[in-house]
Amino acid sequence: MAGFFKKSLSGVKVPHNKNTMESATVDMPIPEQVTIPMLQHMGAPCEPLVKTGDHVKVGQLVGSSTQFMSAPIHASVSGDVTAIDEYINPAGIRTKCLVIKTDGLQEVDESIAPPIVNTREEFIEAIKNSGLVGLGGAGFPTAIKLNPKNPEKVDTLVINCAECEPYITADNRECMENAPAILNGIKTVMKYLNLKKPYIGIEDNKPKAIAHIKSQIIAGDPIEVVSLKSKYPQGAEKVLIYETTGRVVEEGMLPADAGVIVMNVSSVAFVDSYMKTGMPLIKKRLTVDGSAVKEPKNVRVAIGTTFEDVLNFCGGFKTEPKKVIMGGPMMGISVYTLKTPVIKNNNAILAFDEKDAVTPNETACIRCGSCVRACPFSLMPLEIERALKLEDGAKLEKLKVNLCMACGCCAFACPAHRDLVTTNNLAKKFLRNYSSKQAK
Amino acid sequence: MNKLIVQASPHIRGPKSTSSVMRDVIIALVPAIIASSIIFGLQALLLICVCIISSVLFEFLYRKITKQDNTIGDLSAVVTGILLAFNLPVTLPIWMAVIGCFVAIVIVKQLFGGIGQNFANPAIMGRIVLLASFATPMTSWVLPSVEGGKISLVAGATPLADGAQIPSYLDMFLGLRGGCLGETCVLALLIGGIYLVARKIITPTAPLAFFATVVVFSLFTNQDPIMQLMSGGVMLGAIFMATDYTTTPTTELGKLIFGIGCGFITMMIRGYGAYPEGVSFAILLMNILTPHIDNLTRTVPFGAKKGGKK
Repeated sequence: MAGFFKKSLSGVKVPHNKNTMESATVDMPIPEQVTIPMLQHMGAPCEPLVKTGDHVKVGQLVGSSTQFMSAPIHASVSGDVTAIDEYINPAGIRTKCLVIKTDGLQEVDESIAPPIVNTREEFIEAIKNSGLVGLGGAGFPTAIKLNPKNPEKVDTLVINCAECEPYITADNRECMENAPAILNGIKTVMKYLNLKKPYIGIEDNKPKAIAHIKSQIIAGDPIEVVSLKSKYPQGAEKVLIYETTGRVVEEGMLPADAGVIVMNVSSVAFVDSYMKTGMPLIKKRLTVDGSAVKEPKNVRVAIGTTFEDVLNFCGGFKTEPKKVIMGGPMMGISVYTLKTPVIKNNNAILAFDEKDAVTPNETACIRCGSCVRACPFSLMPLEIERALKLEDGAKLEKLKVNLCMACGCCAFACPAHRDLVTTNNLAKKFLRNYSSKQAK
Repeated sequence: MNKLIVQASPHIRGPKSTSSVMRDVIIALVPAIIASSIIFGLQALLLICVCIISSVLFEFLYRKITKQDNTIGDLSAVVTGILLAFNLPVTLPIWMAVIGCFVAIVIVKQLFGGIGQNFANPAIMGRIVLLASFATPMTSWVLPSVEGGKISLVAGATPLADGAQIPSYLDMFLGLRGGCLGETCVLALLIGGIYLVARKIITPTAPLAFFATVVVFSLFTNQDPIMQLMSGGVMLGAIFMATDYTTTPTTELGKLIFGIGCGFITMMIRGYGAYPEGVSFAILLMNILTPHIDNLTRTVPFGAKKGGKK
C-alpha cells in the first residue's frame, strides 16, 4: 500500500471472546505434584541445582544457567524432588525438568527477603534474581531487556496491556485487581532506569480496565493511558511502540534503539511485588477458557502445575477436547499432552471441542491480496509463498520475510485458508541459510 | 486419553472463504442478470444459464478426467460463466457460447493450473476467441427500444460504431442500447460494484482509475466523456474484470496503474484501432503486464531498511 499519508498499521478484526473479563482471579490450591521445566524463557535452558530426593522450599533457587540469555528458576512449592526427568516442551525442545511431590506445607525458603536496591546495577541484579521473564507470552528475560547497550538513549517505558489475543483476560484482571502494584512497578522501573515518559497501552475492548487504571493515577504523574483500537495485533511489540509513541523500530533494531522499553503489565506489577517481598516468580495468572471447558475462569496457579490439574480445577471438560492451546488462538502453541506444565510466560489454557479445533482445508491461492492488506508490517505473504516454492533466496531477501513476527493475520484473513504462518517461518529459515551461504 | 490435534498457529480463521467471495461476486452480478433479461428478453437469461452450466460442467469434467480435486464448489466457474455470457450478443447461437466456455474454462483456466494460476481473465479470453472465430455473429447487435411500455428489439449497431445513432444519457444509463447482453445497464453494474466495495471484496482503485482515464482521454480528444463511460464494456470490464484477483495486481498502486492502463488502451483502440470497442483487449493486455506491475509495486515493509544488503 503506497503510503500517501501516515496511517495506523494493518491488522485483523478477530472475535474477542473475552468471556472471563469479569471473572476475578481464583487461587488454585497447590497440586500434589508439579513439573518444573528448566526452560521457561527465551534463551539457554537452566541446569538443575537440586538432586532427586532433595527437599525444596517455596522460592528456593532450583535452576540456573551461566549463559547470558537465560533466567533462573525457583521452586513454586515445598516438597521433595522425586525425579529429574527429560521433558519435551510443546515447541519440541528437549530440556530437563524437576518433578516435585508437594508436602502441602508451603514452607518459604529462608533466603526470601526484599532485595536491597539503591543503584541501577543493583536493580537489574535483583530483577535477574527474581527469575522474571516477559509474562505477555514471549518470555524474554526481563533483566536483559532492562539493561540495553545504550541506556542513555532510552527515555520511554511502554506497558503492554493490549491483550489483543482472543479469550485471554489475565492482563485485564491484573489491571482490575492490582492497579497500585502496576503503577508502583512503573515508578520503580522509571526511577532506576532513568526513564522520562511512561505509556500504558490498553485495547478499547477493556473500558473498565482503562477507567480503573486512570482513576488510580495520582494527578501530576506522567503516566499516560493510551486507549488502543481493538485490532489484532496491537500487543505486538513493534506495533505497540508505533501506536503509542509513533516511533518506528527499524529492521535489525531493538526497541531500545528507538528509545523504548516495553514491559507487559503483569511483569511490571511483579517488579513491585518482588521489591517488597523478595518472592521470586513462582505463580502465574491464567485464563482458562474455550468451548470444551466447563467453568471458564481466571486462576492463579503455582508454576509447574499441569494443564490437567488446572483444567480439573475449572470443572473439567464439558465436551471432549480436541485441541488444547498454551496461549491465545492466534499465536499460541497447541500442546500434545495434558501433562504439559504451566510455565512463566504461559497466560492462557484454551481447550476446544472438535468444531473449534479443526481448521478448514487449504485451497489454491486466488491472489486476492487479503494477506497483504492484513499484514501489520505490509509484507506480501502470497509473494513469499511463491518465492519459497521457487527457492528464490534473493527474492525472499527483497520481500523482507525476516521481518515477519508470525502474528497470524495473513493466515486469518486468507479466504483460501492457506497456512501462511508456517510458510513464512519456513521462508525465514530458508533465507537464513541462503544469507549465510551468500556471506561465505 | 484420546489424541489432541497439534497444529501450527493461528488456531482460528476468518469468516471469508474462496466460495464466500465468489458468492458475493455472483450476488453483485444479479442486478445485471435481471436487467439483461428485461432488456434483451428471455433469450439473454437462457444464454447466461447455458454459459453457467457449461462452464461448471467443463471444470467438473476436466478435474475428473485429470484426477484432481474437484473445485466447482468454489463457484469461480459460475462467475466465469456469467461474465462470459455478459460479453456476448444476445443473438449468438448457443453452441458458439458453449465453445467460448470451453476456451475460458479448459484452455485459459485449467490448462494453466486452475483457479489462481491463469494469466488472463478466462471470460475475456473466451470472448476474444469467439470474436476472432465468429466475427459476424459476435458483432450482430439488436437495439432495444421502448414502445408503448414494452421493449422490442430491432437490428442495429452499438453506439460506438461509426455513424451510429447515439441514445440519450438516460437510455444508456438504464441499458436501452445495443451491445453485449450484460454490459449495457450501467445502473445495475454500478449497484453490483458498490455492493462489492461495501463487502470489501474489491477496492475501488482499479475501476475508478479506469473511469478517470477514459474521462481525461475523452476531454483531451474532444469526445463526450459520459458517452464514452457508459458505452461499450467499460462499466462491466472496470467493475468486474479489472478487479479479478488472479489476473490483476495485488497492491493498490499496482491496481491504479492497471486501471489507468486499461482506460488508455481502451480509448486508443476505440479512437484509432480497427475495432469499435477495445475494453476486452485492454484488459487482456494489462493482464499480461500484471506480473511486471506486481514486481514494480511491491509494498514497503514497516521499518524495512531501504536497499537491503546484498
